[in-house]
Amino acid sequence: MSVVEATPTVVPKNVRKTALNAVHRQMGAKMVDFNGWDMPVEYPASIGCGIVSEHMAVRTGVGIFDVSHMGDIRLAGREALAAVQHISMNDASRLAIGQAQYSALLYPQGTFVDDVIVHRLGEDEYLLVINAGTREKDFNWVRDNTRRFNCAVENLSDDFTQIAIQGPKGVDVLQKLTDRDLSAVKFYWVTRGTILLVDKSMRRYLGDTLIARTGYTAEDGFEIYVPSDEATSTWVWNRILEVGKEFGAVPCGLGARNTLRLEGKLPLYGHEISDTINVWEAGLDRFCKMEKPEFIGREALEKAKAEGLKKTLVGLEMIDRGIARDEYKVLDEAGREIGYVTSGSPAPFLKKNIALAYVPPEQAAIGTTVKVEIRGQGVKAQVVPTPFYKRPKKA
Amino acid sequence: MSYPTDRKYTKEHEWITADGTIGITHYAQDSLGDIVFVELPKIGTEISAGKPFGTVESVKAVSDLNAPVSGTVTAVNEDLATSPEKVNKDAHGSWMVKIKVKDPAESNALLGAADYEKFVSEEAGH
Repeated sequence: MSVVEATPTVVPKNVRKTALNAVHRQMGAKMVDFNGWDMPVEYPASIGCGIVSEHMAVRTGVGIFDVSHMGDIRLAGREALAAVQHISMNDASRLAIGQAQYSALLYPQGTFVDDVIVHRLGEDEYLLVINAGTREKDFNWVRDNTRRFNCAVENLSDDFTQIAIQGPKGVDVLQKLTDRDLSAVKFYWVTRGTILLVDKSMRRYLGDTLIARTGYTAEDGFEIYVPSDEATSTWVWNRILEVGKEFGAVPCGLGARNTLRLEGKLPLYGHEISDTINVWEAGLDRFCKMEKPEFIGREALEKAKAEGLKKTLVGLEMIDRGIARDEYKVLDEAGREIGYVTSGSPAPFLKKNIALAYVPPEQAAIGTTVKVEIRGQGVKAQVVPTPFYKRPKKA
Repeated sequence: MSYPTDRKYTKEHEWITADGTIGITHYAQDSLGDIVFVELPKIGTEISAGKPFGTVESVKAVSDLNAPVSGTVTAVNEDLATSPEKVNKDAHGSWMVKIKVKDPAESNALLGAADYEKFVSEEAGH
């Protein structure tokens, strides 16, 4: 066998660690280099984990993720809203205080700097949560493009340990640790609350903690932002797993994070979105508000819309036996190359082999039969509706 | 984990018994994680030492299966087409193919159980 990776016992040089690195290693997680970060890809089978178990825990119960590698940019000041409106494609003026929205930062060509979640924390205060691999690029880009606005731009990426508590029972787990009534926090809203930490004889409170009902799993869940010192981070992580026990909570790595987001068709930077893919191609139209008079990328997008699409993102389901993987070629029925897979994997909950792929619009209709080239063979697949998975609506 | 002494091992983490039964090691299945797909050759296929003869895929990775020695495939474990997860549960009991070995001397180059165990403990600890 050729692709067997072992977890190095020492973190390689020049690779960044989250405050929970030692905890992950102690738990026996398999660690990988993810965009320059030493991150857990999955936890061991001996504690009931592994990508499939972790994925299923989030769909049916609750899973806990360290997502501290994500970055955070704070914009605050009299013209913070104007700055956010200028650099992002969604309409931040619609956000009430405590509300969040999915959005993206665009280049003038209408392609992606990154996708972001914009949280409105106060009257003139916004927090952009950005991807790990694009942290520096994003911060420089935001700073450079907001200079003319009366607003301070701060990189808070290293200040927070970000922990995601995802799954239908996530609310039950987190409710055990906070005084804030979480049933009052709707999906894509953010609040501040106290996190209560009880450790045997000691009691400790983490006041004023940012609690957002957001995530990257296509499931209900929360992301909390706690101080990034190792002691506090470890304490919170362990405490969540401890109170989560009765709900079957398991730690989850980036492996499950990827399969979960793929089932929900949530884009991943460098795959479905990048600096060479525009908003229309990625199918993110509903998060792009062209009625906004101005934002970076708007002009190019107007032109691109008039010209029509050259490629479009579709969902594929394998019909014949085989797993489509990132960058595999997509062929038409006659075997001609027509596109490529951006993300492909077995889908643990759906128990199908699925993929996202760019193909010409003429071959994008639901039901179209295509082939994915797997080790030199064209394996049959079909264009299917997306998202592949939609969480059940609560009764 | 102790490795059975009734077989030999490759540094690419396959095992082969004296009668030509081939599988992957416990260390390999653990490194791969949840195995979801095993692609094996047809009966009668000639496989050659060190060359890929099949594929095993976990949720996150694709790996080639390399032949420990040369030979002709005489049996294929069809069970793994529908239950690939059996390799995770019992890697040393879940064979993949059986071959008629071409030259038994080729297996002299393979590792014994103790040497393989030492090899993987070093690989895991580098």
